[in-house]
Amino acid sequence: MHMADALVSPAAAGTMYAMSAAAAAYAVKKVRPDDLDRKVPMMGVMGAFVFAAQMINFTIPGTGSSGHLCGGMLLSAVLGTHAGFLTMIAVLAIQCLLFADGGLLALGCNIWNMAFYGCFVGGALIWRAMTGKKMTRGRITAASVIGCVLSLQLGAFSVTVQTLVSGITELPFSVFLGMMQPIHLAIGLVEGMITAAVLVFVYEARPEVLHGYGCETKAGGRMSRKRTAAVLASLALVIGGALSLFASAKPDGLEWSMEKTAGTAELSAEGMIYQLSEKVQGITAVLPDYSFRSSESAAGTSFSGIAGGLIVLGVCLAVCLLIKRVKHAGQKNGKVVNEQN
Amino acid sequence: MNRISDAVSEIYKLDMEAGKKGWLQEIHPLSKLLVTILFILLTVSFGKYDLSGLLKMGIYLIAAFVLGDISIKMLLKRMKLLLALVCLAGIGNPLFDRETLFVLGSLNVTGGMVSAATLIIKGAYSVSASYLLMITTPMEDLCRALRKLCVPKTIVTILMLAYRYIIVLLKEAERMTDAYMLRAPGQKGISYKAWGTLAGQLLLRSMDRAQVVYDSMKLRGYGGEFPQGCRKTAGMGDYAYGIGWSAALLAVRLL
Repeated sequence: MHMADALVSPAAAGTMYAMSAAAAAYAVKKVRPDDLDRKVPMMGVMGAFVFAAQMINFTIPGTGSSGHLCGGMLLSAVLGTHAGFLTMIAVLAIQCLLFADGGLLALGCNIWNMAFYGCFVGGALIWRAMTGKKMTRGRITAASVIGCVLSLQLGAFSVTVQTLVSGITELPFSVFLGMMQPIHLAIGLVEGMITAAVLVFVYEARPEVLHGYGCETKAGGRMSRKRTAAVLASLALVIGGALSLFASAKPDGLEWSMEKTAGTAELSAEGMIYQLSEKVQGITAVLPDYSFRSSESAAGTSFSGIAGGLIVLGVCLAVCLLIKRVKHAGQKNGKVVNEQN
Repeated sequence: MNRISDAVSEIYKLDMEAGKKGWLQEIHPLSKLLVTILFILLTVSFGKYDLSGLLKMGIYLIAAFVLGDISIKMLLKRMKLLLALVCLAGIGNPLFDRETLFVLGSLNVTGGMVSAATLIIKGAYSVSASYLLMITTPMEDLCRALRKLCVPKTIVTILMLAYRYIIVLLKEAERMTDAYMLRAPGQKGISYKAWGTLAGQLLLRSMDRAQVVYDSMKLRGYGGEFPQGCRKTAGMGDYAYGIGWSAALLAVRLL
């Protein structure tokens, strides 16, 4: 998934550098300074480990190909999210400088697509949410596979967007996305399984090495609001992106009833108001019938699922915040009135 | 494992070449780093049909490779990796953009053909420029240059340590995979049954090594930061290299 310099425009590269630099600055701030002088050598050696381990070919059963482990997820599980992210930056920089695996200008994109999603989504959201309460073989395996699949899907999506925003390829968005997402779904599953195998081995041989081991009971009890939100958001993305592909093509309840009574699922209406609203809908509907305007590809359905999920989450959040603010203002006013009385 | 031994020998070669005595190697690393970044930035900023302008940018590479007496053998190997990726992105261009830009003999040269060619050239130029930087600058010097550009010391130290330990861990990985292969002749790659144990063992050994590294660094007085002072200060030649090439590249791009 390493992007080459030729695939990004200076504007896209600059934006991604800025975003990655902000994430790196945050991670540097978050790694505890008292931990740092002890952790830095560990981070350096672990970076070298990821590099070396990615050189080993793991045979995928039933196919002629091979895969390698997912660096971001593994580093987060061992070093923690922030230290793992900084280590992944070093790994990507070395891969770029020594082996031309990814460009120097595209390094910002690569850090975002691989290190950010791998560590902050795979590590911080999935790993911590799934193993924070209790660490077991099953949870480690599930967290590794879900984390890898999710981070690779997001990374592949970002690659497509960055390439298209840069105006590099003539491939339509839907075609490019359709090429990128399914292949990275397969890669994510394999990388997830390899990562899971390594982490389960470490858990059984020396569990104290895993980040957060021994702290599970402290975090026990109810899952925090932040974690619940993170798990729900991740599930929404997985369901929207992957499961929407298997959505039934048969009519829903209302359409079925209309078909039975009127003989058609889509009733036509006449009049100026109807025509006007149809026109407005035609302009505002970015993804008509859950597809891209120009095609009815599976990528369009996936994209619609993810975009829809995100929009719904955003709207929910905005409404909740608004209600909270109104409630808060009401309570304040009430207090003032009581004090005046 | 050929892949691992190839990587080890490539790093050795890069290290050896970067440590050689030559005028390009003597230039201050910050000067070279800035010129490289500017070159790549200007290269990718060319429009998708601006093939002639893009070709002119080659003067920097030709001058550096010829005057610096730099071997291109390793560079060609690096190109293979890049071409696969760039071709994947550019493969659709001739199919989707069929507008004729000019006629070459009896061949109608379409916009898609030109944009695919510029994509490949941009990729090749960028890889060549990074290779030029790496083959003339040792990693320690590059890390010092990065510190001068205000990259946080934590990231630079991790980069330096990871680079130093890559060879050690690659050799460790090679030993382990060789031992595995000798017990599983004719098998391609590592079987799924050994995924966890093999890489897991490597991980645990790496962590033990990290502890030893930390202990020995502490004994040598490490207190969280490596001395980052540059071996030499920038002289007139370094400024002339940086300013001269920047001006020349900007002139090629803008004129």
